[in-house]
Amino acid sequence: MRKTGKRVIPGFGLSMGITLAILSCVVLIPLASLVIFTSRLGFGEFIQTITRARVLSSFYVSFITALAASLINAVMGLILAWVLVRYEFPGKRIMDGMIELPFALPTAVAGISLTSLTADNGLVGSFFARFGIKIAYTRIGITIALVFIGIPFVVRAVQPVLEKLDGTYEEAARVLGAKPGMIFRKVIFPELMPALLTGTGLAFGRCIGEYGSVVFIAGNKPYYTEIAPLMIMSELQEYDYASATAIALVMIIASFLILFGINVLQARNNRKIMGGEA
Amino acid sequence: MKKNIFGFGLAIALVIGSLTACGSGSADSSESASTAASSENSAGESGGETVTLTNVSYDPTRELYEAYNKAFAEHWKEETGQNVEVTQSHGGSGKQALEVANGLEADVVTLALEYDVKAVEDAGLIEPGWIDEFPDDSAPYTSTIVFLVRKGNPKNIKDWDDLVRDDVGIITPNPKTSGGARWNYLAAWAYADQKFGGDEEQIKNFMKTLYENVLVLDSGARGATTSFVENGQGDVLIAWENEAFLSIQDYPDDYEIITPSISILAQPSVAVVDEVVDARGTRDAATEYLNYLYSDEAQRIAGDNYYRPLNQDILQEYADVFDLNINLVTIDDFGGWDAAQEKHFSDGGVFDQIYEK
Repeated sequence: MRKTGKRVIPGFGLSMGITLAILSCVVLIPLASLVIFTSRLGFGEFIQTITRARVLSSFYVSFITALAASLINAVMGLILAWVLVRYEFPGKRIMDGMIELPFALPTAVAGISLTSLTADNGLVGSFFARFGIKIAYTRIGITIALVFIGIPFVVRAVQPVLEKLDGTYEEAARVLGAKPGMIFRKVIFPELMPALLTGTGLAFGRCIGEYGSVVFIAGNKPYYTEIAPLMIMSELQEYDYASATAIALVMIIASFLILFGINVLQARNNRKIMGGEA
Repeated sequence: MKKNIFGFGLAIALVIGSLTACGSGSADSSESASTAASSENSAGESGGETVTLTNVSYDPTRELYEAYNKAFAEHWKEETGQNVEVTQSHGGSGKQALEVANGLEADVVTLALEYDVKAVEDAGLIEPGWIDEFPDDSAPYTSTIVFLVRKGNPKNIKDWDDLVRDDVGIITPNPKTSGGARWNYLAAWAYADQKFGGDEEQIKNFMKTLYENVLVLDSGARGATTSFVENGQGDVLIAWENEAFLSIQDYPDDYEIITPSISILAQPSVAVVDEVVDARGTRDAATEYLNYLYSDEAQRIAGDNYYRPLNQDILQEYADVFDLNINLVTIDDFGGWDAAQEKHFSDGGVFDQIYEK
């Protein structure tokens, strides 16, 4: 990356100071307090707390459903963003605005309405119930709630990149005889990849910690639909802060590693693109 | 590259934000702490005209305290000439206790069980011995645990025994996340205890079978009612009597209440939050607020809202509403809340054991 001579915001020291201060307030201090609370447990107790069978299976449920939801979101979000950017149709603006509703809606409301919709006597649920598929109170239900929660992240991450994509590359590819599928795979997709990864990563992070909407649709059956944030809540209900933060710490570390992995992947991807262009 | 770092930072911030949001206990389930302490300022105090009180309570007392606050305001006006304004806050009992312990300024707490009030005591806000400050363990009204079944009782559910049948689906909240649901669990335990003459292995097996029949283990009582009533899940809802009556009131043609042969006397506890009332100078009003709950007028309000009045004469007035022949055990039969909590609901306790694979 080339350094520009002029900086937009003057005073590196000042802006760096503000950055660090905000980072500390918002991220580092809460994180540190998590570690401090957890350290009330000894190491042995910590391991014992986080390896209880129910806790382990709640981690599994949380990660597997968040992963499934993120993958669905990656695909569906990309399609949504594509349609919103590339085509003109009546109602497009309204549709565009609706994407953000999951942000605005209280998650509990989302959870309750999704549950009543997908329960066996609900509008959608009764249809699937005919084929013996249960949605609400299963892992499928959890995944659906998470798809709902996570979709704006992907759409909003991909949209601006897609808008700014230079049409000349596509034209050039077409002139050189590439088929539409190939243009998408070789020309458009590599450009979208970083934004898609970021969006999916954000959605994943959000989904892992989601509590409000999931508790309503999950049924919260131990070993089956009990999510990790619910385990945290039940520890808190016993006023056991240390165990609660221990579980939270594990989730944070896992999420951090996953997001970090995505970032590394992205950096490598960037380098490849840069290398190709240079 | 710079953009990536920003995105990454944002990602971490969001992850942590969302995690701590649920860690702080203020999670967005159940419309918790609706009015909370926002409207509260003690400015009126000095004028001697208006006293403000904050009553932090749990979910199903909304209607009860709405009616009671009016009655109390009149009573206080007559006694002292002062106006009194009561701010209500409702939510899951344990969550509410946590918020008070963490600094939500409540003059009085009226929670679902003694154990939750104890959490506030442990935070140093309530002086020990509060349980004897008001008559009958500071529980001015009581309730019990009953079954709500669909109209006509199609599964013919009569007693706890029927809940362990293969063809019955149960809805009940998780006793680990819902303070109120601990009464449900203990009521079932009390039945099994009598049936098996105290043989712990058999009781545990009974409980295991019962909880295997649970279709949805909601995190709170209102959530469980929604699953059963609105979403049509299960055949029977194990519920607080007052909650069951509220469902009947809303849908008289769809449900009926079955009273089991044995249940538990659910005693919601009330207490003055000493630290707060001393700081705000509201001790007199707060004490009278709880005291007046024992008056005839307030006891009838409790009865009207389907809580069992403590006053035996007034309870008799509601004999056609409540089944008064029910055999009720109390928490003392379990050795008090601390013992019950330790044995059943702590990590690795009996409730965890019956869910072990």
